[in-house]
Amino acid sequence: MAMVDQAPPPGFKLSMLINDSRYRGYTFQTIAFIALMCLAAMMVMNAAANLERLGKDISFDFLWQGASYDIYPKLIPFESTDTHFRAAMVGVLNTLLVAFFGCITATIIGVIAGVLRLSNNWLVAKVMSVYVEIFRNVPVLLWILLIMQIVAISFSNPFDFRGEEPTASMVWGAFAFTTLGIYMPAPVWGYGSGVVVITFFLSLGLMWGYSRYRKRRLFETGEMLPGWPVMVALFFLPSLLAFFIMGRPIGLDYPEMGAFTFSGGALIGGPLIALWLALSLYTGAFIAENVRAGILAISKGQTEAAAALGLRPNRTMSLVVLPQALRVIIPPVISQFLNLTKNSSLAAFIGYQEITGTLMGITLNQTGRSFEAVLLGMLIYLMISLLISLLGNLYNSSVKLKER
Amino acid sequence: MTKVAPFVAKEMIPPSAPPASEVGAIKWVRENLFSSIPNAILTLLTLYIIYQALMIVIPWVMNGVWGTEGEGPNSLDECRQQLEGAVGGCFAVIRERWQQLLFGNYPKDELWRPTVAFFGLVLAALPVMFVKLPRNLLIFTGIFPFVTYWLLWGGTIWAPLLFLGMVVLGYIAYSRLVAQSFFMGIIGFVAVVFIGGLYLVGPIANGLHSIIPIGLSSVESREIGGFILNFILGITCVSLSLPLGIVLALGRQSDLPIIKGICVVFIEFIRGVPLITLLFVASVMLAYFLPPDANFDIMVRVIIMITLFAAAYIAEAIRGGLAALPKGQYEAGDSLGLDYWQSMRLIILPQALKISIPSIVNIAIGLFKDTTLVSIISMVDLLGMIQQRIFNTTEWFGVYWELLGFAALLFFIICYGISQYSQWLERQLATDHR
Repeated sequence: MAMVDQAPPPGFKLSMLINDSRYRGYTFQTIAFIALMCLAAMMVMNAAANLERLGKDISFDFLWQGASYDIYPKLIPFESTDTHFRAAMVGVLNTLLVAFFGCITATIIGVIAGVLRLSNNWLVAKVMSVYVEIFRNVPVLLWILLIMQIVAISFSNPFDFRGEEPTASMVWGAFAFTTLGIYMPAPVWGYGSGVVVITFFLSLGLMWGYSRYRKRRLFETGEMLPGWPVMVALFFLPSLLAFFIMGRPIGLDYPEMGAFTFSGGALIGGPLIALWLALSLYTGAFIAENVRAGILAISKGQTEAAAALGLRPNRTMSLVVLPQALRVIIPPVISQFLNLTKNSSLAAFIGYQEITGTLMGITLNQTGRSFEAVLLGMLIYLMISLLISLLGNLYNSSVKLKER
Repeated sequence: MTKVAPFVAKEMIPPSAPPASEVGAIKWVRENLFSSIPNAILTLLTLYIIYQALMIVIPWVMNGVWGTEGEGPNSLDECRQQLEGAVGGCFAVIRERWQQLLFGNYPKDELWRPTVAFFGLVLAALPVMFVKLPRNLLIFTGIFPFVTYWLLWGGTIWAPLLFLGMVVLGYIAYSRLVAQSFFMGIIGFVAVVFIGGLYLVGPIANGLHSIIPIGLSSVESREIGGFILNFILGITCVSLSLPLGIVLALGRQSDLPIIKGICVVFIEFIRGVPLITLLFVASVMLAYFLPPDANFDIMVRVIIMITLFAAAYIAEAIRGGLAALPKGQYEAGDSLGLDYWQSMRLIILPQALKISIPSIVNIAIGLFKDTTLVSIISMVDLLGMIQQRIFNTTEWFGVYWELLGFAALLFFIICYGISQYSQWLERQLATDHR
């Protein structure tokens, strides 16, 4: 084998910027960078020229002016005299509210539908397929509008609850389904209710500790301690005990029909219900597909091995198939959560006032600060999305298969 | 003495038929519907729910009033009179308003134009969808966008013709330069099309039009609406975002830190915000960034933003395909002495795109559904038409289910069709042995 002489390092020539793979990368990157800078400069100059022509400037001072509109629902106190900034915050909280509950119900619906689609009951499996296909192939906006109509039609007008012989009546004297939304009892926090709440959370911790202890006991000695009766007792007893010891500090404020509207209680608005239902059902259909794909990805050998060990079908599902399927299911489900959060911006179509409705809706129209409002809104959504994917990735890395 | 066998069967006893519970429909029902008590309860419950649902839907559809052109019910009140209190849908609204639903405010006398464009779309899509059709048909697919632009928006025929000429010129430039490198070829193509399209097409088309005026009456973008608007946006944006998505995916996978950084930031930014905010950008913000004298149509601005949106998602789908390829494929390209563009074009991308077809189709379906959001910036697509133009008329105030159901049916047929096609295509392209 003849030794190939290393060619003497050639002097740098200009053509090497294109033809030498050592330098070519730098050339292209420089070109791309310059092009990007030119584009950015052009856009900034255009924006400056356009703003000057229209006599506008970029300023975020409008955030500290009075909003002079009311928002419903509001999770933090908000008056129409408060600032646009606070209005935007109320909007963000409303986005998070519908996204949070939407994600929970979508997961529940998705898991149930996904598992039932693989059920050996032909009829149920087919019905679930129909549900998934119908919801996946029709725009979510259409579902939101349709469910908004269902809410509007199936609930009765608040006026029907009035008078000597009301045509509509409250369910169990506590829930009123009206076109405005559902009136329901609201908790009243009396003196000492904090103790009850803390006791409740402590008992949740106790349940977690007990289940860990039970598992360790099972693995170490093979002795099986009672499961769900203890759990149920732990869930209810301490809180109830604290509730009565503190002299029943938490009461319920029932909604009552006043002269014109309901007073007392809490109102869950119709748009919120419609949006929440529609997003849950729509995203649930996608999650069902992810769950189904995840379960199908587990090889049949695993199920058969579990059966050979003598595990019953339910145990096989919960101890063998689902833990493995979870690793396949979680990443796409996280992106479905992201989609649900982003789709919550469709609330603007039905008048649920979240960040699109407040900051990018009324505030934008009132102040005319379209540039700033849209920019801020996009940044807020970006932060929420990044937060969700961060949380999702943290959870994902905790259940990931730990290899080597 | 002969031994007499106590019993010898003289003939075969025919096998008896299996029990009735083990054959045919009964067996099927037992196994699939009533295999256990919980299963049986579930089946009965489901049957009851289906029965209840059908009892609502069937009379509503069967009693539905369609009416006839001219005399038939032309408002919800007339519909209700005709139904005489019975449960039934008032489908007359679809009969009366179908032009508005499908074509928006497109001039009534010119409706043949979008109709021809639609059939042209089917013809243009066929050779792309089915590889076995003669490849010559692709020429029609290439011409189709220009013809359709002319058909839908009207105006002089010379502008789209000249633009088509520019694309052909660009292709010639590409084939000259591609021998040098693929990258140079693409640069040449883009340069010719852009420079020609921006500076030459307009004046020459005007000149030619004044000499030989051939053209259709112009239609404004705001007159185009209804379902064809969803179609135009969906198809344009998906086809424009595919090349952009490929470029972004390659950029994100590249070793060059600046290019990679640009692509990552772009993709993550777009994927982190809802489409609705990008539509706001198109309607109120984009105008600031464009040259003051340029007057971009709202349709163009929306197409730009939706294309960027779709490109980010498609880039992620293709990146998945690129990452799924074994490293040996990249190394094989290098060892054959192919440069970056050659190995991408000839080895990597064909395989990566094949892997990412299902996700790309899912994105395309999602995008088509998301075109309904444009009604928030006062472009009247199918849903915008229903919500803003028909719900609040005095004649049809209160007709919700018929219209929303009609829209849902249209979307379902198309999206379900595309997803079935994609599954078929996946089976066609499966080259691994099973």
